[in-house]
Amino acid sequence: MSLLSVRDLSVQFAMRDQTVTALRNISFELGKGERLGIVGESGAGKSITGFALMNLLSRPGFISGGSITFDGRDITGLGDAEMRDIRGNHMAMIFQDPMVTLNPVLTIGQQMLETLYAHRRLSKEEATQIAILKLREVYIPSPEDRLDQYPHELSGGMRQRIIIAMALLLDPKLIIADEPTTALDVTIQADIMELLLELCHSNKVGLILITHDLGVVSQMTERTLVMYAGRIIEAGRTREIINDPQHPYTQGLINALPQQTPPGQRLKQIPGNMPSLTAIPPGCPFAPRCNFATDLCRTVLPEVVQYGPVEVACHEVNRLHNDTVEEATA
Amino acid sequence: MSSMTTNQPSRMNRIWQSNMAYSFRKNPVAMVSFLIFAVIVIMAVFAPLIAPFDPYDPNQIDIMNSEYPPVWIDGSDTQFMFGTDDQGRDLWSTILYGTRLSLLIGLCAVALQAFLGISIGLIAGYVGGRIDNLLMRMADIQLSFSTLMVAIIFLAVTQAMFGSETFNQYAIYFLIAVIGIAEWPQYARTVRATVLAEKKKEYVDSARVLGFGPGRIMVRHILPNSLSPIFVISTVQVANAIISEASLSFLGLGMPPSQPSLGSLISSGFDYIFSGSWWITVIPGVVLVVLVLVINLLGDWMRDVLNPKLYKG
Amino acid sequence: MLAYLVKRLFQAIAVMLVISLVGFAIQDNLGDPLRELVGQSVSEEVRQQLRDELGLNDSFFTQYIRFLGNALQGDLGTSYFFKEPALDVILKKLPATLELVLGATIIIVGLSVPLGVYTAIKPNTILSKIIMGLSIVGISIPVFLTAILMIYVFSVGYGWFPAYGRGDVVHVFGYWNTNFASWDGLTHIFLPSIALASIMLPLFIRLIRAEMMEVLQSEYVKYARAKGINPRRIYFLHALKNTLLPVITVGGVQIGTMVAYTILTETVFQWPGMGFMFLEAVNRVDTPLIVAYLIVVGFIFVVTNTIVDLIYGLVNPTVNLARMGA
Repeated sequence: MSLLSVRDLSVQFAMRDQTVTALRNISFELGKGERLGIVGESGAGKSITGFALMNLLSRPGFISGGSITFDGRDITGLGDAEMRDIRGNHMAMIFQDPMVTLNPVLTIGQQMLETLYAHRRLSKEEATQIAILKLREVYIPSPEDRLDQYPHELSGGMRQRIIIAMALLLDPKLIIADEPTTALDVTIQADIMELLLELCHSNKVGLILITHDLGVVSQMTERTLVMYAGRIIEAGRTREIINDPQHPYTQGLINALPQQTPPGQRLKQIPGNMPSLTAIPPGCPFAPRCNFATDLCRTVLPEVVQYGPVEVACHEVNRLHNDTVEEATA
Repeated sequence: MSSMTTNQPSRMNRIWQSNMAYSFRKNPVAMVSFLIFAVIVIMAVFAPLIAPFDPYDPNQIDIMNSEYPPVWIDGSDTQFMFGTDDQGRDLWSTILYGTRLSLLIGLCAVALQAFLGISIGLIAGYVGGRIDNLLMRMADIQLSFSTLMVAIIFLAVTQAMFGSETFNQYAIYFLIAVIGIAEWPQYARTVRATVLAEKKKEYVDSARVLGFGPGRIMVRHILPNSLSPIFVISTVQVANAIISEASLSFLGLGMPPSQPSLGSLISSGFDYIFSGSWWITVIPGVVLVVLVLVINLLGDWMRDVLNPKLYKG
Repeated sequence: MLAYLVKRLFQAIAVMLVISLVGFAIQDNLGDPLRELVGQSVSEEVRQQLRDELGLNDSFFTQYIRFLGNALQGDLGTSYFFKEPALDVILKKLPATLELVLGATIIIVGLSVPLGVYTAIKPNTILSKIIMGLSIVGISIPVFLTAILMIYVFSVGYGWFPAYGRGDVVHVFGYWNTNFASWDGLTHIFLPSIALASIMLPLFIRLIRAEMMEVLQSEYVKYARAKGINPRRIYFLHALKNTLLPVITVGGVQIGTMVAYTILTETVFQWPGMGFMFLEAVNRVDTPLIVAYLIVVGFIFVVTNTIVDLIYGLVNPTVNLARMGA
């Protein structure tokens, strides 16, 4: 049985004059201890997916349809108290910018212990022991002293380690990491990712890694979802998607990677911008930027279909695949 | 290039205005407030035409007419719509002239605040360094003293020094000066913050590269970007200035009873409130509150629409 | 920490020096101490002689130093009207004013925090809208008008509360007269305290609400939610602690404003405090008393501002007092 099963999840934002659909019929599965990457440009709906799973969408966003089955039960209809019992306990989240994630006026110890107290009946000594243990797991030097420190006394990398330790405090089954290294120095990004990978491995924790970096996804995850304008446009095993992308958007993303471009040449960026959520074209949302778009693409929304080892939402996937194969052989 | 940079603010201006117009039409509170404010302003401006009597003309005042109640109460005189005050002046006329004074003092004082504050803020932000430090330290200290306190002491001393007669003659200038000078840091801090933010942006560099002097860069390029916070501050400041003026006049440190603003009118009425002549206090009081309230409501609405980054202490 | 304290102290002393200079300049230019001393009937030679004896012909600077020296020893001159040391006159009136400020502060702190937090957490309820609506009306009514209306309604109209004075005060600690120890005293201080609080309370409600709403949008509050923390703890610990930090700074300045408003409140309620005394002194051109008031009020401002700054530094962990002293 899978750990997480999302069916037709939709999220809308109720604006003053209209409701805007930010997520449209998202479906995916996640096995126990499995690691899944969600990639896409900013605004594609990656973070919203993460927050929707935690039922933490901030107003005016709300889940407008679909179901989220976590650990055998549908959590979309849970009350506040029941949902609170899951958050931080069975399902933990790592935020993007460690500089603003921790409360500046509370000590690290206060912020760690409150998470433990919220979900377990523990004495102060027991809770402190657990916190120190977890800090040690993320290689924080002299963890006992950290508990009395305030966030501003620690570096960004150190804070993100602490946040990872906080995510692991209650041995959750799933961690949702929303761009956990984007705000950090390039030099420590790899360290943090490695640490996250190692801990998910050793603790058998499921991971949903939200990122715009295909390189990170290929190192960290077993399966990948590619999102565009609030929809999943390609999904499958990470290896397949990286090596043989089907959707023209995924191909574009991979071609835009610096590794794909010889030094001294311009990066091959995808021309144009993602449509804003208030003005999504009637057909395939990617059609305006797509070199292969036909009249069909511009009028009819493509369904997600199985194509070889991956699922893809593209009308032209057959023709495209043949063309690119020919191109490659030619 | 230069035509582009000069066009930019005016185009932005137009979008900004249309946005404001839209939210104005959608907001009944703002519309009603504006309407009331406009009516009060028109009445104040045309007070000499509207008022049936001239409260400054001793020939039109008869002490025998004193303390007539408003017309809807028994024992009134139909000449006097809102009754008369303790000196026998027509209350309605006196209120019209008083509102005129209150508004005039409020607006002039805020204009003075804005002029001082914007100039100091621009200089502090643009020049930076020691001058900036000094000016901002002065602003800190000035802000830590309550305006009203400073104004009360200043006016009290001035009054004692020159004697009531001379003081009363120039009271309006003293009021404008003291309220105007005491509150400049509000503007200075906000303008300075915008200048610091804008100074980093490319267009300021390009203007500098094009050889424009600092004066021109500040006035033509940086100032337009501070307009919305200045606007929002100004509405609140006008409301505060009117309250300050009324409070000072109430204490006898502002406009004299012979030439009353709303505050001095309320003050003179207060002595008669125990004997039952409530209207001398209450009617100008209501006018004062309504005036300040609609300005505050407009300020609130403007803050919501423009959503400026105001400097916070 | 110590370095910061010393630095802050120096700043406070500098401000006090400026205030004393202003005070001295007023004394130097306002009224003729000689006339108060000997009246009109003394010949010109005797006058000159007296001026020399009193040092009134010395240079401005010498006189200022003498003024400063006396002030440091608590001698701020003798009130023309009361024929008593000006400082003594003020200190006798001080408790009444401070009690009024205390009463208003209790009302402001007691109501602004819960109401501000409530309107921030539940901005769309009818109650919140009523509170916000009333608060904007509240900041639009001048303190003196609130005071007058309360007297008119509750004293003249219903006769529930006395209209003026302090009523029965209880003598405590040998020096202080308090309103808070007897029923009659409490009824007398009730209306003036509300009047004094009336413009500050809505201001603080709006300030707390605005800060709180901003804090509730912050990442760390979202993160606290993601940890499954009880909302009550999020609101009253995570959010409120961050909300109150900027409020403390504003509060320090507002205490000074409140002293100014005591002049208005005391005038309307004929409250025998130092604000009421000050206006009387102005009408009598009692220069030493005016100057003494200026210096005492300046001292109160400087002390409260310094204390508030220190409290802010102690409460806010991101402010390093030790480093700020450097």
